[in-house]
Amino acid sequence: MRIRPLTLTLAALVPLLVFASVLLGSYVVTVPDLITIVSRHLNGERGIPGASFIVLDTKIPRAVLAAFAGAAFGLSGGTFQTLLRNPLASPDVIGVSSGASAGAVAAIVLFGARGITASLSALVGALLVALLIHSLSRGEGSAGLRLILAGIGVGAALQAVVQFLMSRTDIRTASDVLLWVSGSLNPASGDRITVLFVAMLALVPALALLARPLRVLELGDDAAAGLGVNVSRVRLGLLVVAVALAAFGTAAAGPLAFVAFLALPLARQLDPRAGLLAAALSGAVVVLVADFVGANVAPLLLGGSVLPVGIVTGALGAPFLLWLLVSPAGRTRRKVA
Amino acid sequence: MRRRRGASAGRAILLPLILGAVLLAAAFASLAVGARAVPLPDVLDTLGRALSGAPAAPGAPAGGTGDEAVVLSRMPRTVLAVVVGAALGLSGVLMQGVTRNPLADPGILGVNAGAACAVVFGIQFLGLASVGAYLWVAFLGAAAGMVLVYVLAGVASRAQGASGPTPLALALSGAALSAGLYSLMNAALVTHQDTLDRFRFWQLGSVAAREWDTVLPALPFLAAGVLLAFGLARPLDGLAMGDDAARALGQRVGLTRVAAGVAVVLLCGASTAIAGPVGFVGLVVPHALRRFTGPDHRRLLVSTLLAAPALVLVADVLGRVILLPGEIPAGVLTALVGAPVFVALLRRGKGVGV
Repeated sequence: MRIRPLTLTLAALVPLLVFASVLLGSYVVTVPDLITIVSRHLNGERGIPGASFIVLDTKIPRAVLAAFAGAAFGLSGGTFQTLLRNPLASPDVIGVSSGASAGAVAAIVLFGARGITASLSALVGALLVALLIHSLSRGEGSAGLRLILAGIGVGAALQAVVQFLMSRTDIRTASDVLLWVSGSLNPASGDRITVLFVAMLALVPALALLARPLRVLELGDDAAAGLGVNVSRVRLGLLVVAVALAAFGTAAAGPLAFVAFLALPLARQLDPRAGLLAAALSGAVVVLVADFVGANVAPLLLGGSVLPVGIVTGALGAPFLLWLLVSPAGRTRRKVA
Repeated sequence: MRRRRGASAGRAILLPLILGAVLLAAAFASLAVGARAVPLPDVLDTLGRALSGAPAAPGAPAGGTGDEAVVLSRMPRTVLAVVVGAALGLSGVLMQGVTRNPLADPGILGVNAGAACAVVFGIQFLGLASVGAYLWVAFLGAAAGMVLVYVLAGVASRAQGASGPTPLALALSGAALSAGLYSLMNAALVTHQDTLDRFRFWQLGSVAAREWDTVLPALPFLAAGVLLAFGLARPLDGLAMGDDAARALGQRVGLTRVAAGVAVVLLCGASTAIAGPVGFVGLVVPHALRRFTGPDHRRLLVSTLLAAPALVLVADVLGRVILLPGEIPAGVLTALVGAPVFVALLRRGKGVGV
């Protein structure tokens, strides 16, 4: 398969943005300094006091986490949207994110969990809710639509649980909870990245294997069956991989609103035939840009307050979703169910 | 459903009678049950004295017995639960009737998100600090949120060739607008801990800890909304047959829609303003009752007026006893019960039109 120009452009853009977010920001690092810091670290020498810590322990992990989480969400959302033939079917709309939020918040409030424990509870919550919604939405008719509506219902109930837990705890924990629920990359610790990286190492090849049958499925179930694709097995496999990607992404970075939903439609605005690879890359670009905006542009507008990345993606994503609903061209071109 | 339409006059009266009895029982339970239980005769005693304006029982300490004080302190929340339940139930009937859409509910249609966003910005920028002060901004926010969702869904549906907002377009524009508003809201909450501290209690949707002076200002709005709702019963019956049939019957369809919208804003806006967002009551109650009342809107409105307050009362009473000595707010319980019902309705797939 020939790689499309858009994919190449995005593939070049992601490392550029990673470098930009390492170098720029409230603590500016020059390129020679960065080279010195990294080479000394690799050679096991003593680093530059202060600068080494900031670059190696906060800036690089944060940029890498942004890129990986964005890619995981982009892949997950793109798979859902292609599989269910509905641009609105993304893990955040379907309720996977609300399951992750409820899991993490319950762990934080009830058991005082922090860091990796909260992430793992988010993972469990997301997977449980995905199972629940899957079993609720079985039946005849459009699978995508029932998943979306069941997700909205379950999401509303879980939101009530999250809000209740927030009111039962002290204000500092409530603030932590709100930060987690909003989706924040801070602190981007090493183990958050490791878990996501290992998961993607297993999930991305699985998705690559299923990508070709997915292309055939886009022709319609009957046509795909006629071409020798085991429709139900491929669909189940794709759903499992897509849910797992979203769940691990959420566990690592929190529920970044709308990234999964935005990635593929955004890529398709630029190239109508963009595929999953482009969705992964555009997801990474969205998160990197949004994090930079939240950390560096928002303080200029809000008198010094930093915004978590998830709030920025939410604020950008909602108008895009509304535009997608309202614009007739957008609807017909993307064949809403 | 059609079969039940020919039910005898006796059955037509039976349902409101049963629902009325349930409501009465729930109201007494709300006065009697809680962290300190009061025996029913004492409740009746206190109630009788409070209504007749007589002084406390002879021999009782000044200010009444402990039980009496407890019952009196539970009266505002009982009245509030009844009022909020009635308002949400009726607005559900109106929303569902006007849009011919079974999914219409303030939680799904942007009313709660609009009110919540307005309250956050009210706390943040206007320095509001009490439920009484939230009333007006929440009212405005609720109205704005709902109007916006309907406009967006209308535009989206027209783009697809439908004449009015389709159920799917409404649910999705509600979800999209809510998500956007919650992002804006969280931006304020993440950066200002004191705002979060006030807001996190309002957002649960609770009838507890409200005093008479928070309940009373909302009553005129609610009364106007209820009257308007009952005035619309006949036009809604016509509308149920479709816009063209209603027009052929000499009805002014546009006027009905606008009047129903005004009534919904009055009912939902006022109840969200005083109790916070209480989800799914407006969705679940009319749905459950329609199986018994049939499509006649007058019967549906009367039954809803009795059943929805009973549901909110029961949720409030249960919330008081489940987690003793703590309380679960009524809004949390209605969401937990309502969401499965929402999903069940979708699974039946009747009239969802998708």
